[in-house]
Amino acid sequence: MDNAAIVGVAQTKYERRKKDQIFADLVFDVTRAALDDAGLGIDDIDSVVTVSNDFFDGRTISGMAVGDACGGQDKNISTVSGDGTFGAFYGLMRVLSGYKATIVVAHCKGSEGSLPLATNGMFDPIFQRHLGIDAISSAAIQANVYLTRYGIREEDIAQVSVKNHGNARRNPFAQLPMEITVADVMKSRKIAEPLKLLDCCPISDGAAAIIIAGEEVVARCKTKPAWIKGVAHCSEDYLLGDRDLANPVALRDAARRAYKMAGIRNPLAEIDVAEVLEPFSYMEPLWLEGLDICEPGKGFRMIDEGVTVMGGKLPVNPSGGALSANPVLVAGLARLIEASLQVRGDAGARQIKGAGTALAHGFNGPCGQSHCVWIVGGNR
Amino acid sequence: MPTENAQGELLKVTFTHPMPYDWSIGLYGSRFFQEIKENRRFIGIRCHGCGLVYVPPRRVCGPCFTELTELVPLSDTGVITAFSVVNYPFIDPNTGAQRPIPYTYGYIRLDGADNIFSHIINETDLNRIRVGMKVRAVFRETEKMEGNIQDIRHFQIIG
Repeated sequence: MDNAAIVGVAQTKYERRKKDQIFADLVFDVTRAALDDAGLGIDDIDSVVTVSNDFFDGRTISGMAVGDACGGQDKNISTVSGDGTFGAFYGLMRVLSGYKATIVVAHCKGSEGSLPLATNGMFDPIFQRHLGIDAISSAAIQANVYLTRYGIREEDIAQVSVKNHGNARRNPFAQLPMEITVADVMKSRKIAEPLKLLDCCPISDGAAAIIIAGEEVVARCKTKPAWIKGVAHCSEDYLLGDRDLANPVALRDAARRAYKMAGIRNPLAEIDVAEVLEPFSYMEPLWLEGLDICEPGKGFRMIDEGVTVMGGKLPVNPSGGALSANPVLVAGLARLIEASLQVRGDAGARQIKGAGTALAHGFNGPCGQSHCVWIVGGNR
Repeated sequence: MPTENAQGELLKVTFTHPMPYDWSIGLYGSRFFQEIKENRRFIGIRCHGCGLVYVPPRRVCGPCFTELTELVPLSDTGVITAFSVVNYPFIDPNTGAQRPIPYTYGYIRLDGADNIFSHIINETDLNRIRVGMKVRAVFRETEKMEGNIQDIRHFQIIG
């Protein structure tokens, strides 16, 4: 595929609590910044996708509240929940079906509701919610399955937190740039076995936007386009007990279809940089296995072997990833924005030199029920 | 004590009242809780396509996309396949009560079932709980049962 591109991107700085801005303020800021980045005006946009979640926002049809702020007046607006990568997927479908340019805006204020209750709300109210399961405790169960299956040590996954918080020091949008050690992670407060505080993402507020355009609009943009080379998503069973939590089959399916579309045969050799959604440290190696970047059970070795660090063969999460800022509804879109900036050469201090092909990954649902994989390239 | 609003330039509005729901448990879900009350054991459902037994019972097998009808009585025992000792507080959205911490969330393969059931295990000492241990359900006294998931108090390690 080579007839649609990401032509404008914007992010707010991610912070624990943005008390001076309501959702719509955040969306207004990133909408204007993405238009500026592309060199487009709001009249160039003929389709709008918003990304929000009613439980997080505490209002029904939450996307309606940001319509004005993203220039949606008199336009076709739809809302897609999730992490932003699925909203972007729908935005791309709009462009491929004939719209000239779609803006995709995502917002999240994790500070305003109760994240345990909002994420407990993902689960079945009859059999599961009373037990207290939420995003963190379900992740802890997945970590327990994964670590037990392959004999992975807690220190091994702690390295992901060290790497990504360290990378965040070069990302001006990150919430938690930190210089920490494996020992710091290991001695941080126990949250839910085997996860410690520093294995877990922070609570974040923020917003982001991208503009996806067809060829006609791409030619008028001032910014170098990030061409969409391949994209696919896939979903597996809803109930955690119906899945093998250490084998991300939906991710593997999505990745293989995205690679095929992009003409990638050897992802480790052909992809220059990857941004994967890892709100918990163990997720990065597990998702790398699902992405066929390494064999099952080998993901935790990638840092020791120098593959996924800055300067490695395939740096993963130069931005610091979701461990360094996790505005849930925005966190996947941020991965796609970071991948786009990399292939444009606009990633600033976190730029991977000469990055021509980048992967962005997002997921939705507990323990990665649905995954979405994007491949973007700097050249057509 | 002054409120945060009294102190700051940037104000906030707080809602604390819950938003209630009245969920139907459905035919097979109701059967699951009735089986616990009547026979103090679990009940699953078998797929004629792939042969897998699911618990709790539901109408559809995801991989086969076929309707399930064959209810299969199970016992009250199973095996721990994963667990997490949880150290942060959780407010039960049903009762508003806070579960005492730490507590252990367990991922249990019930004997005779192919998928995994989740519940609380009453062991928080990491030296005394391992994947692979056998557990047995501890149910409420029958006269106190309410037809919900709390009719299972927890699972207890039996070896």
